[in-house]
Amino acid sequence: MTVLDIVFWLLAVISIGAALAVVFLQNIFRAALFLVLCFFAVAGLFITLQADFLAVAQVLIYVGAISILIILAIMLTREMWRGNPGGRFQLPAFIIALGLFGVMVWAVINTSWQISAELPLVPTTAAIGSRLFGEGGLLLPLEIAAVLLLAAILGAIVLVREK
Amino acid sequence: MSVSLEHYLILSALLFCIGLYGALSRRNTIVILMSIEIMLNAVNVALVAFSRYIVPLVLTGQVFALFVMVVAAAEVAVGLAIIIALYRSRETVDVEQADLMKG
Amino acid sequence: MLTDYGYVGLFLIIAILFAVSMPLLPLTLSLLGLVPKKPNPIKTSTYECGVETIGKTWVQFNFRYYFYALLFVVFDILIVFLFPWATKLKQLGAGAFVAVLAFLLILMVGYIYAWMKRVLEWK
Repeated sequence: MTVLDIVFWLLAVISIGAALAVVFLQNIFRAALFLVLCFFAVAGLFITLQADFLAVAQVLIYVGAISILIILAIMLTREMWRGNPGGRFQLPAFIIALGLFGVMVWAVINTSWQISAELPLVPTTAAIGSRLFGEGGLLLPLEIAAVLLLAAILGAIVLVREK
Repeated sequence: MSVSLEHYLILSALLFCIGLYGALSRRNTIVILMSIEIMLNAVNVALVAFSRYIVPLVLTGQVFALFVMVVAAAEVAVGLAIIIALYRSRETVDVEQADLMKG
Repeated sequence: MLTDYGYVGLFLIIAILFAVSMPLLPLTLSLLGLVPKKPNPIKTSTYECGVETIGKTWVQFNFRYYFYALLFVVFDILIVFLFPWATKLKQLGAGAFVAVLAFLLILMVGYIYAWMKRVLEWK
């Protein structure tokens, strides 16, 4: 058992525990803080997968921006007292989630993955740069992502602005 | 047993199913949104794991994960705008009370 | 490469140990009887910068904060795409520059819209 394995199991336990806390805690502000912990654990998992740029992007976007928006939503709606009640579909939801998990585990175990023996590329920042912008890059998806973000800004402003 | 691709994929599947259960069974819209974020994170873990173990030199999975993050940010921005608009018109964020379409 | 993150992990462990030991220190001292415990109503009252608190903590915030958060998120994502481009600025050349410029211009439209609709003003 190497250090990397220990770190993986630690991060796996933290991320799953935090995800369960997000779903089951009654205090939604604490749930949002556990969501931040889950994001951090996933950033750690990216580091164990040698994706250093993505780990930083995860901290920047998820921990820095998305969790701020979610905490802001809790502060803007004054719905703390309502807590986190379960809906009418708890049992069907549990059955669907369990069934999907079973199917996915079955598929993962019964597929023979073609693991590459090559060592991963590090550091990845410049490599991602040339993958995105270089020869045969992903320029069109990039512009589409910009248009998607633009639509999100416009839509959000139209929805929230007072008439 | 050393950590392999299967470990990451099963972890990703478990996170995804926790998020799915939360998104389907909870009534508070903010918790549903947080569950969807967990699901998107789970997908990112799977994409980066594929990138690391199957094509370690091409990085396609990591670029895909970057785009998933952009989509997640756009989704959460519009989702919260909808929550704020819903709260303003109905004074609630409970999905079972937001039944205007029911008539 | 991966060992560099060992230092981050070490820092994290030290930070957690520090955070845990700081509340434990006064607790152990008071358990040992070294610290006297004489509570009175003024000492145990909740206060905020010396002022007594009124009402609940969970008030509704002004929704205008949302617009700032929204634009912050968008430009946060912009940085994540600009950074890999900037590391290989010279090799990528003019095509990538035009693409990044188009990316910036598209997002600027959203910023200008927010400006024109006066959502960034604090009335």
